[in-house]
Amino acid sequence: MNGHSKLQDMVGPQDSVELLGALQRGATRRDLLAMLAGGGMQLTLAAGVAGTALSAHAQTPRRGGRIRVAGATAGISDTLDPAKMANQTDYSRGNMLYNGLTALDGSLTPQPALAESFTTKDARTWVFKLRKGVAFHDGKALRPADVVFSLLRHKDAATASKAKALADQIDSVKASGDNEVTVTLVQPNADLPVILGTFNFLIVKEGTTDFSTGIGTGPFKLKEFKPGVRSIVVRNDAYWKPGQPYLDEIEFVGISDEGARVNALLSGDLDLVAAVNPRSVERVRTTPGYAIFSTQSGQYSDLIMRKDMGPGANPDFALAMKYLFDRELMRKSIALGHAVVANDHPIDPTNRFFFAGLPKRPHDPEKAKFHLAKAKVGSARIPVVTSPAATYSVEMALVLQQSAQRIGLNLDVKRMPADGYWSNHWLNSPVGFGNVNPRPSADTLLTQFFKSDANWNGSRWKNDTFDQLLLAARAETDPAKRKQMYADMQVLIHQEAGVGIPMFLASIDGHTTKLKGLRPIPLGGLMGYAFAENVWLEA
Amino acid sequence: MNLLILRLLAGRIALALVSLLVVSAVVFSITAVLPGDAAEAQLGQEATAESLAALREQMGLNVPAPVRYWQWLSGLLTGQPGMSIVSGTPVADMIASRLPNSLLLAGVTAAISVPLALALGIGSAMWRGSWFDRMASSGAVAVVSVPEFLVATLAVLIFAVQLRWLPALSSASSIDSVGQMLRVFAMPVLTLCCVTVAQMMRMTRAAVVDQLKAPYIEMVQLKGASPTRMVLAHALPNAIGPIANAVALSLSYLLGGVIIVESIFHYPGIASLMVDGVAQRDMPLVQTCAMLFCAVYLLLVTLADLCSIVANPRLRHR
Repeated sequence: MNGHSKLQDMVGPQDSVELLGALQRGATRRDLLAMLAGGGMQLTLAAGVAGTALSAHAQTPRRGGRIRVAGATAGISDTLDPAKMANQTDYSRGNMLYNGLTALDGSLTPQPALAESFTTKDARTWVFKLRKGVAFHDGKALRPADVVFSLLRHKDAATASKAKALADQIDSVKASGDNEVTVTLVQPNADLPVILGTFNFLIVKEGTTDFSTGIGTGPFKLKEFKPGVRSIVVRNDAYWKPGQPYLDEIEFVGISDEGARVNALLSGDLDLVAAVNPRSVERVRTTPGYAIFSTQSGQYSDLIMRKDMGPGANPDFALAMKYLFDRELMRKSIALGHAVVANDHPIDPTNRFFFAGLPKRPHDPEKAKFHLAKAKVGSARIPVVTSPAATYSVEMALVLQQSAQRIGLNLDVKRMPADGYWSNHWLNSPVGFGNVNPRPSADTLLTQFFKSDANWNGSRWKNDTFDQLLLAARAETDPAKRKQMYADMQVLIHQEAGVGIPMFLASIDGHTTKLKGLRPIPLGGLMGYAFAENVWLEA
Repeated sequence: MNLLILRLLAGRIALALVSLLVVSAVVFSITAVLPGDAAEAQLGQEATAESLAALREQMGLNVPAPVRYWQWLSGLLTGQPGMSIVSGTPVADMIASRLPNSLLLAGVTAAISVPLALALGIGSAMWRGSWFDRMASSGAVAVVSVPEFLVATLAVLIFAVQLRWLPALSSASSIDSVGQMLRVFAMPVLTLCCVTVAQMMRMTRAAVVDQLKAPYIEMVQLKGASPTRMVLAHALPNAIGPIANAVALSLSYLLGGVIIVESIFHYPGIASLMVDGVAQRDMPLVQTCAMLFCAVYLLLVTLADLCSIVANPRLRHR
């Protein structure tokens, strides 16, 4: 086990990132002890943690080498245009070639990137100070005009940006100095730096119309790009992060067949592959020279019970179903341990706003029976719509069906094809499964899936208190107050929404043990798709 | 004879053009019936009414379907199959970057599988009922019954993962020497041979056996010809027709039907390009690929007919 993951096991991803960050800024062992003790840790334990952090930091990256990496998707729609980036293959390439104003760390907290600092007084007007001495791959210096162009193009419908809905909250972007950009929002949003740290908001050169050259400020320069086949990037020697990147060259391919991906890894053709099935994990782990890199994230598959029709109209039915979930069994037998048990609210433990104080809902058939009796469902068959499109939904529904049978509830599991599931069945079925990918911020997630008027509010749960809390939390700049508001919202969803969330899933990657430097960033696998500038090859 | 061939060719070309037209119309209408268009496929969950409208405008999807069909068709007639609406690059370039890979794979496979299948088929027919015939025939049935994804995956597990003799991925662009080419092509070609050899071999055997039962073969035997001469000089020319057709069918499969091999070995061929085009609803790309496959199929079948005419004295001298 390497030092990073050991450290994480000891203190969790958030603290481990903080500790390593402090070390990078030159903190000493004494500083670390003070940090940990300040966080309430016992001194003996803190000493051990500080030691592990120091040894993780001591793994010095080596320069040089070439790796081949495979993502899980490939197609003619592969793009280097940040506005159109849609999947992990695009995101990984984006992080090789471009930078954002900010970058998200292991707890999804925004850290300075192209913006040296970002400040606001009211969460509505934001001032971003740009880093000096940053140049694009063609030698041109980064100017405020590039940032203005990169952000405002998402608002233009003709760009057909994936981030249009997010960009619509931007009122104006102006150059307010030689190295300064001021962003004004329509309404306050304390999470703007988080949003600007996501893939679609990577910074391109002013006036770019042809994105096939991939000219950005990123750690690598584009050497070859064939959509649907592969891309090759080479080290950008003028990169603004001192010493980085470590690798000389990366070849990135997309292989959609999981078996082919894992076989290519184990035959030595690839050094890092994304999206390994839990069923292949043992195979990779037991082969000498290979290891598994698991990223726990906020991805989940949820049971949606509509409140405006069907059995879910009765709140007792939704509660009964939530008590029926045998979460531990699902975690062990379906995800094979690559998941954490969830508590019927969508904020996962890696998130800085996760509310740990909420009591876990147990698997309790007696309580379920009680609520079911109150809901007067009787012995009618209740269809539950599932599909391979929503990860593990078929398996979860079958486990649920068995638990239901024992208390006399008749669930009818309907398995739909993946093609067209999202447009035809998701959000339309009275009782059915959905799947939500990790979102960069709690605000984005709750706004998209739980606000009363949200397009994807699957259970049609309407709650004024929640909506008010959501808007207030978005405008709040005091972290402690925000945390309390998000805790209140999690309690509301846990108790009232027609959504059952049994577990948060992990993204699993496989790699050669020679590849070092991988740390989880819960945006997804491959280090939140930002592995390129952070990994190195051991000699 | 020349007149006959010319007449056949002229008729075939006219028919081919009509078939291509019909196929293009059918492909166009089927893809039009598929749910969703290229704009929806690209925006996915993030689609808003406004950006959908803007993207459709950019992609030219707000033009009525018959007009779009006509634009594409007239473009094709002038040698310009249009621009991919998904990637914005010319369809001709996209196909040009993949077609040589597919032709290379098909060529290498054909060069190995056709002689092998013919030799096995003729041998089985000559010694029919012998242990060689039984081995070859049952072997062929066994091999053709195993799905190609299983053959491919097993080959990768054995030769790439366990023995590490061959690369698991066959990216055609990294070939520098003949030795490397052999290594890269070994497994895809092996897999494809498993599928194609069996069919061609059994057709060859059946056709030759059919001829060997004919009365004229008895005559040949009576005049004292050796078994080899009997089969190669007398029976085989009469069997060329069905054999050539079986070969043509197998070869046309090698261009467009090898999607499984292309995806397991990550080989950048034209079949995966077309499947991609369908998934993204990229009409110009799908149609041009369909035209290409159809044209190659017609060409091969016509060549097979020509072969049987040239090889068969009765047809030749009519």
